[in-house]
Amino acid sequence: MNAAPVLRAVSGGALGADRGRLALAVAAIALGVALGYAIHTVNRTAVAEFSTGVATLAGRADLVIRGPADGFDEAIYPRIARTAGVAVASPVVEADARLPGRTESLRLIGVDAFRAAAVTPALVGESDAALDLLEPDRVFLAPAAAAWLGLADGATLALQSGTGIVEFVVAGRVGAPAGRRLAVVDIAALQDAFGRRGRLTRIDVRIAPGAPPAGVRAAIAAALPPGVVVSAPDEEADIAARMTRAYRVNLDVLALVALFTGSLLVFTTQALSVARRRTSFALLRTLGLPRNRLAAIVAAEGAAIGAAGGVAGVAIGHALALALTRIVGADLGAGFFRGTAPMPAFSAGWALAYVGAGTAAAIAGAWLPAREAARAAPAAALKAGDDESAYARLARPWPGLACLAGALGLVGLPPVDGLPLAGYAAIALLLVGTLLLRPRLARGVLASVPRPRRVVAALALDSLRAAPAQAGVSLAAIVAAVALAVSMAIMVASFRTSLADWLDRVLPADVYLRAGGASSTAWIDAEARAALAGLPGVRRATFLRSVSIVPVAGDAPVTLLARDLDPARAGDALVLVDEGPLPAAGATPAWISEAWADRTGAKPGDTFELPLAGRRARFGVAGVFRDYARQTGAIVVERTDYGRLTGDDRASDAALWLAPGASAADVRAAIEARFGDGRLTVATAGEVRAVSLAIFDRTFAVTWVLEAAAIGIGLAGLSASFGALSLARRREFGVLRHLGMTRGELGAMLAWEGALVGGAGLSIGAALGGLIAVILVHVVNRQSFRWSMDLHLPAAELAAFGLAMVALAALTARASARRATATDAVAAVKDDW
Amino acid sequence: MNPLRRRLLIAAPMSLVAARARARVDYPPVAAPLELAFPRDHGSHPAFRTEWWYATGWTRDEDGVERGVQVTFFRNRPGIAERSQSAFAPRELLFAHAAVADPAVGRLVHDQRAARAGFGLAQASTATTDVRIDDWTFALDGDTYVAHVPAREFTLALRYRATQAVLLQGTGGVSRKGPRPAQTSAYYSRPHLAIEGTITSDGRRRRVRGVAWLDHEWSSDYLADQASGWDWIGVPLDDGGALMAYRIRDPGGGTYWAGGAIRDAAGTTRILGPDGVEFRPGRRWRSPRTGVDYPVAFVVRTGDLEVTLDPLMDDQELDARASVGIVYWEGAVVARVAGRAIGRGYLELAGYARPLRL
Repeated sequence: MNAAPVLRAVSGGALGADRGRLALAVAAIALGVALGYAIHTVNRTAVAEFSTGVATLAGRADLVIRGPADGFDEAIYPRIARTAGVAVASPVVEADARLPGRTESLRLIGVDAFRAAAVTPALVGESDAALDLLEPDRVFLAPAAAAWLGLADGATLALQSGTGIVEFVVAGRVGAPAGRRLAVVDIAALQDAFGRRGRLTRIDVRIAPGAPPAGVRAAIAAALPPGVVVSAPDEEADIAARMTRAYRVNLDVLALVALFTGSLLVFTTQALSVARRRTSFALLRTLGLPRNRLAAIVAAEGAAIGAAGGVAGVAIGHALALALTRIVGADLGAGFFRGTAPMPAFSAGWALAYVGAGTAAAIAGAWLPAREAARAAPAAALKAGDDESAYARLARPWPGLACLAGALGLVGLPPVDGLPLAGYAAIALLLVGTLLLRPRLARGVLASVPRPRRVVAALALDSLRAAPAQAGVSLAAIVAAVALAVSMAIMVASFRTSLADWLDRVLPADVYLRAGGASSTAWIDAEARAALAGLPGVRRATFLRSVSIVPVAGDAPVTLLARDLDPARAGDALVLVDEGPLPAAGATPAWISEAWADRTGAKPGDTFELPLAGRRARFGVAGVFRDYARQTGAIVVERTDYGRLTGDDRASDAALWLAPGASAADVRAAIEARFGDGRLTVATAGEVRAVSLAIFDRTFAVTWVLEAAAIGIGLAGLSASFGALSLARRREFGVLRHLGMTRGELGAMLAWEGALVGGAGLSIGAALGGLIAVILVHVVNRQSFRWSMDLHLPAAELAAFGLAMVALAALTARASARRATATDAVAAVKDDW
Repeated sequence: MNPLRRRLLIAAPMSLVAARARARVDYPPVAAPLELAFPRDHGSHPAFRTEWWYATGWTRDEDGVERGVQVTFFRNRPGIAERSQSAFAPRELLFAHAAVADPAVGRLVHDQRAARAGFGLAQASTATTDVRIDDWTFALDGDTYVAHVPAREFTLALRYRATQAVLLQGTGGVSRKGPRPAQTSAYYSRPHLAIEGTITSDGRRRRVRGVAWLDHEWSSDYLADQASGWDWIGVPLDDGGALMAYRIRDPGGGTYWAGGAIRDAAGTTRILGPDGVEFRPGRRWRSPRTGVDYPVAFVVRTGDLEVTLDPLMDDQELDARASVGIVYWEGAVVARVAGRAIGRGYLELAGYARPLRL
């Protein structure tokens, strides 16, 4: 048999018959592929951005030496420079320069041009007057920084130092790559102007030709004090990328879920299509078309849907990626990149991979219908009324039960390499298991529904009870969609409620001030602290110093928060989830965040060491606190202890309690009058809370899009399966019409059936979604971000969602069956004889 | 060497006029009487704008092959960041230059270093001659200067042993560079240093011996505004005497100022003023790389002595920096009187590419 006429005979009709549903299936696959491809592309951009970022800054360095964000003792520099095998050691001081009146800071890099020229030539200013490179008041801007600030050569750049201002003259450009907002000054100028005397933040090292790199690295490592580490530039990029990996993987999994629901839609579409062509397939089989050939053709139809969806998805996904990076940044709003504007690049290889993934998902969806088409005995299928046998096989309980058991076993497993892989697998198994069991579950749910008194409703219930497998097909998409929507809603609500509670607890003061973090050029010195505490209307002022330190070489940094707090009443300032006694003498009390507790396994009563000011300091864990702000962990110590251990007397932030009757607006005005406009970021507790929640909502906006898409796909699946079933039930409808049922009553019956299926799907899906939410909250989020949160059920929202879902199911079912019920009663009944 | 270092190397110590424009410090003038005291005055004089230790000599290896070798360290006070408290403050910059003139190569092989003073990595001692930039060092040990210069294409490990007394140039070491009294430098020479050591290149280590000339000079006002460059010779004479002569050129190529000194084998020194020295350019050589035209042969009249200077080879240009436009010629020359060789020394031609004023 020639392939073309066969294809035309088998598929031609199907393609023509229901363009709308076909388009929907293509769209569903496209959606999954688009989301996946967009997220992947943005991630790729993010990772590339980390590498180019490191490459720019590291230049031709073979090794990079780093310490805490506020730097390390410059005395290390000559030791490194003299280490055998070191060709050039280039000392660097980096700072985030606060610009009065701007929220974003400017990356300021201080270099010794003589040394940097040999290692990081991109960080050496371009000027005809060579001595400009050494002048203490000259700054060289990267093109992106010049454009951002709107400054030409010769212009004055005002930067904040402490709460004062230092002025620089723009002397030229640095050849940093496009998009990097950085400025270069002489290293001595940076140290002098921003109070960094004696400190370096980085030393870039070039190894002499012929020297053994591993040996040189070991010699350097041996010369470094605690908290200062040596690594290769690509390792640095790797650490940076790893810090965001859990977030990126989470998004990838969301895209995978979208693709899975698309696959389910292909399943229902093809199931419908096969059901409709049952008679013609049987005819073809009797005419000699081999069984496997028929199956291959139906699977190929799925592949065609998948490929079309895949191609469209990649196109949409790329556009989406461009839009996302432009609007929310390459980290999808997570805030890892500042002052850069990376552009996603198109990759043919990845595009093909995603088209392939879409195609594979569609083939998987079409697989069961294809097997079913091939298996049907031609003789029986030529006759009508054999439809119930079609998916009977799906009702076998063991595979489904095995999946559920597997899921149960997986939830207790620890993360793999920092990723909650077992949690994800458990969710997948739960979903698959429930889908496999859904005809059985549907029967159970329908059996529990009391028999309604209204005839049409009773008829609908009977009809579904008699053919649970049919209901099962309709249920597939609905269950998946509801489970997805419910689980996400619960997870987001839990997170948001926990965050809001946490914000209430950690913002006890009335007004908050921020100068800048440890790498910022802005800080609050003793004089400024006294001034703040003495402002009229201020009852009490506490201060905080935030420093990022590297506890272990090759590991992500941890944030050390030195703050004014009463050790006996730490719970007033921190949301403690675990508490212990204050440590004995010899160890400084410290409270650790859950993330840090997870990273190190430390618990109250334990002691641990941290590198501070080039020495190892001993701390005792007095408590574990909840912290949604810092993913890699945070450690709180008393500010006086920190000052004693480091000699660092600066503060990054301040919290002010107002005297009774004082107004935040007055205090804010007093702060600006005292320190100058915009030198300190001032916000009330309410504003901080609102901004934090707004950031949260923006970050999770993507989940709402996915939920909406899932619901749409679920309803489309319901529509497809009802369309298929009603076509198969034309004879039944004819008989009912003959028995005196009006067309309206027939529609009502189908609406009831839809509502019942929708309700069944809703109850199964909601139960499944609840379970998934528990895994998301307690396993996936906890392991990905090390955040614990309290489960919160958004009851009202879920109830409204449920009602809407059932109503939509009823309407969808009725609308999809319109064509079947519209046929002439006599013609419909004649079908059979 | 990358363009930046090149720029700094040349711009900072040599384009003194450019630095003057932005000077915010009052550099002390070199004024008589100097009252030099050694070894203290072998060391650095950081208050002055610029200073150099310039060792040039002829060497002969065990196979009898002759090579010129130059080791120079510059110190510069750019007048920047004088009040800075940072250990990185660029108050003092150090530069170094080393070159080997090997006729078999046919051009100068050279390398450079540049750094800000600090951290003991780059420094110029004020106690005696002891300058270093990373692993390049030049230091006086007793009566011997020890140079260690691991360069890109060669490594010098040379000892320069003093065999004669210090030769104070000008009036008690105050050397005039122009008609105005303030246009002076502190300047002494050490002719007839006995070289002993090794030159390693192309994987071969050659023992060498030879005779060198050391200039140590510091100044705050070396080159007048009206001047565009200079010619200089320093020749240890075969008979044990020493000859130094220089002229500061005006932009037209004429002589703006001149001077010199002749010391005979017995140690009697004649200091020459502008009337006593005459530079008559001879054969010219155009650099194929930079296109700069140099008079590579001279007849120099010092007092009643008329000395003909011929280069070891024509191409002794310190270039590889055509982009910058500032290049020099620093080369080994043979000095002859009436066709008879009387000594082998060095000739320096500065400011031929363009005036040493930017």
